[in-house]
Amino acid sequence: MATSYSRIIRDGLWENNGVLSMLLGMCPTMAMTTSATNALGMGLATAVVMAASSLMVAAFRNYITREVRIPVYILIIAANVTFVDLVMNAWMHELYKVLGLFIPLIVSNCLPLARLEAFAAKEPVLPSFLDGLFMGLGFTLALTMIGSVREIIGAGTLFADASLLFGPAFKFMEIKLMEPDMAILMMILPPGGFLVTGLMVVFKRILDIRAGKGIQMAGAHSV
Amino acid sequence: MKADQPIFMHGVILAVFCLGYGVYLALTELAAHDAILARALEDRQNSLAQVIPEQLHDNNPAIDTIVIPDADGNDLTIYRARQGNTVTGVAYETYGSGYAGQMRFMLGIDADGKILGVRVLSHKETPGLGDKIDVKRADWMLQFDGLSLGNPPIEKWAVKKDGGQFDQFTGATITPRGTIDAIRKGLEFFAEHRAQLLENQ
Repeated sequence: MATSYSRIIRDGLWENNGVLSMLLGMCPTMAMTTSATNALGMGLATAVVMAASSLMVAAFRNYITREVRIPVYILIIAANVTFVDLVMNAWMHELYKVLGLFIPLIVSNCLPLARLEAFAAKEPVLPSFLDGLFMGLGFTLALTMIGSVREIIGAGTLFADASLLFGPAFKFMEIKLMEPDMAILMMILPPGGFLVTGLMVVFKRILDIRAGKGIQMAGAHSV
Repeated sequence: MKADQPIFMHGVILAVFCLGYGVYLALTELAAHDAILARALEDRQNSLAQVIPEQLHDNNPAIDTIVIPDADGNDLTIYRARQGNTVTGVAYETYGSGYAGQMRFMLGIDADGKILGVRVLSHKETPGLGDKIDVKRADWMLQFDGLSLGNPPIEKWAVKKDGGQFDQFTGATITPRGTIDAIRKGLEFFAEHRAQLLENQ
């Protein structure tokens, strides 16, 4: 079967997006989208874990027997999450102070596990790595979109504290759109997460239908 | 691999993966260990610097510590600021119940029992309402600077709603109540252990 890299990239980023199409990884989606900056940071950390885990599973796919594959996948994901946790704590401490509590949650995100089972377990190393990476970036994209909407309506800012996360060079990203008093607080509280995520899913479905694709609920199809 | 392997082979495979990833994490931890400790010390220094003015000490309070059991019997680490050999101030953590769980504060007190500064270390209060206890959001926490257990008198250490002298903020009473409670408890701890806290050993 010929591997189509552009297909993997398009599927991961948008067409079979982990959050907006497969509705996986809802826990971090709700918890970390209170601001665009948090969402972006969480998404990137997840993308690193997914790319590394997919790469490792694909490399070892001929040695992992069917019977023990789930514990091995979880072991690999958990090890990579711990790796990211330690490295961020040591060398990206500002980011870690914001995201630290939520990094361990990546283990409980079912999106990495779903991609290992559906893709990396069957495909060679390079396509698997790309699938993990772009599924992760698609996750980042969805989270950042949801986080931006919630932050704009809920706090009146966009990418507040981005310089804390990525360094002073990113100060330009911080935008103040309106006074905090005008913001609708509910949007950065849990109900806002459900509302905005639901509306984003609807928005993607509308675009899909417009493009004549019908409603896709393809859980996790491989190439 | 063939599907019909003896059952113990699955165990061996799993064990090999566990061992391999155990080594991978051990090596990461080994490489990151010193940096993580250094960051933790920096964090402590930063939070201490906010509650103990720099001109008050010539030592490093983050590493000049003693441990005293608090009112609940938990070990409380006391950070001491010294000028020469004299203890000029102390800082320690104090806790209060907020609207959404525990709030932790760092409280700095000078040798006379006056508050040098108090800052929230961690809390889960509602954004936009309860989070005014964070100095990044509002100046509310600064009003405690310079106060002590007798000033105002102890019965006035409460929000106005409870007959005290401190303003609650719009939409939140439980958060300031818990905060003032924590500060008062911290001051009482100082009064109780004053000699021990200011002792030069």
